[in-house]
Amino acid sequence: MTQVIQSPNLTTIPTFKALKCKECSAEYELQAIHVCEFCFGPLEVSYDYDALRRHVTRESIQAGPNSIWRYKSFLPVATDNPIDVGTGMTPLVRSNRLARRLGLKKLYIKNDAVNMPTLSFKDRVVSVALTRARELGFTTVSCASTGNLANSTAAIAAYAGLDCCVFIPADLEAGKVLGTLIYSPTVMAVQGNYDQVNRLCCEVANTYGWGFVNINLRPYYSEGSKTLGYEVAEQLGWQLPDHIVAPLASGSLFTKIYKGFQEFIKVGLIADKKVRFSGAQADGCSPIAQAFREGRDFVKPVKPSTIAKSIAIGNPADGIYALDVARKTGGNIESVSDAEIIEGIKLLAETEGIFTETAGGTTIAVLKKLVEAGKIDPEETTVAYITGNGLKTQEAVQGYIGEPLTIEAKLDSFERALERSRTLERLDWQQVLV
Amino acid sequence: MAVKVLIPTTLQKFTNAQATLECSANNITELLDSIEDNCPGIKGRLRDEKGEPRRFLNLYVNDEDIRFLEGIQTMLNDGDQVSIVPAVAGG
Repeated sequence: MTQVIQSPNLTTIPTFKALKCKECSAEYELQAIHVCEFCFGPLEVSYDYDALRRHVTRESIQAGPNSIWRYKSFLPVATDNPIDVGTGMTPLVRSNRLARRLGLKKLYIKNDAVNMPTLSFKDRVVSVALTRARELGFTTVSCASTGNLANSTAAIAAYAGLDCCVFIPADLEAGKVLGTLIYSPTVMAVQGNYDQVNRLCCEVANTYGWGFVNINLRPYYSEGSKTLGYEVAEQLGWQLPDHIVAPLASGSLFTKIYKGFQEFIKVGLIADKKVRFSGAQADGCSPIAQAFREGRDFVKPVKPSTIAKSIAIGNPADGIYALDVARKTGGNIESVSDAEIIEGIKLLAETEGIFTETAGGTTIAVLKKLVEAGKIDPEETTVAYITGNGLKTQEAVQGYIGEPLTIEAKLDSFERALERSRTLERLDWQQVLV
Repeated sequence: MAVKVLIPTTLQKFTNAQATLECSANNITELLDSIEDNCPGIKGRLRDEKGEPRRFLNLYVNDEDIRFLEGIQTMLNDGDQVSIVPAVAGG
């Protein structure tokens, strides 16, 4: 079955053709399935790149909506009316103060902490998954989530009028639970870690006729992450950076940014260039970083124990592909401690005014570690992907930041407090100097 | 040992659409042998050429991944439940 879509000039062109096994290349029809029935390898959407090369131009993309749907020809949906809640086209911020602090000359922050509607990169994958879910006839959508995905699935399902049931580990941050409940889905808080939630969802996925965005809809869903590659290329003036640093949970995002860059090269939208891919994990859940360090080509599952819950996947399904991307591009995969993650969150906030969650803190801490180890050249154009918002994980930094100075509504009370704070600031600086 | 095996949808075409199987085995290797003997067509799906479970397949004994136990040598007891679950991404 070949799906067709309308190009901006209304010529009907075939774009996405089939689902193909990443391991054995077996092909399947474009249905709600995610694993190869021969070898259990993951299925991925394949496209007609000749048609894309003929019909898509920089101008046709720029004439599209200011959202991920400007790249619709590269996404696995057939409709002319995708679910567009303004997802994507988030700022690519040229960093000055953080760059100086780290000693980098050309650092950019891709800021998905302000993605719409739920302040994480997950809105990209969910917009694609739910658009496809509607095309495939699903009326109930679901997901196994570490928090951000649940927020996004519940919000976009509400917008699209789809019924929604999400599964999360019971110990998630309060902000992520509230940020799901507000949209009034059914929320199952599972007593266990994410890998256990995932397993449960696999067992129920196909028995209820629901569209699980990261299970039976996964081949479509994961393609949404490619837009993080497309946008950076477009926002850099249709060229690629030299180095990217992104968080690793399942490894999917990392590999899809790579796929996004490669597709733009393949269809002639940008010049070919080698981009180094470096990945970030938390020490308390670093199965991919461990495999990288030990030179292994397989990933041994771990039991997560870290404050970085959004990336705490102990059994990462795309781990081997992430390893492959890091190795073949000359990148690195590093991990950092929870204390370094908190420092990373604070560093980004204090230097760039961007409040990210623990996954972003992990990325910034690994960026710093790689620079200090000489693994990122100061001359490289480097992009750090910030994938989520700090207001959702306030528990992580509670107790590590300042407190308000409570004063009376009187001028002298203010002046005393101000003097005191300046003295404390001076002491802080002295401590730093020592 | 009598154990219950949960079969993923992808493999249910080989189990007459049954989502669970009752098997008898002392360890995971024997269990996989038993499934292959009893479900024509399933051979080659569960294990690679070296006899190891396929790398995108997760096997759990009573909720524990066999990679945290003794792998394919993991012993089974009467009443154990074994789940066969394909890997999944996303978070």
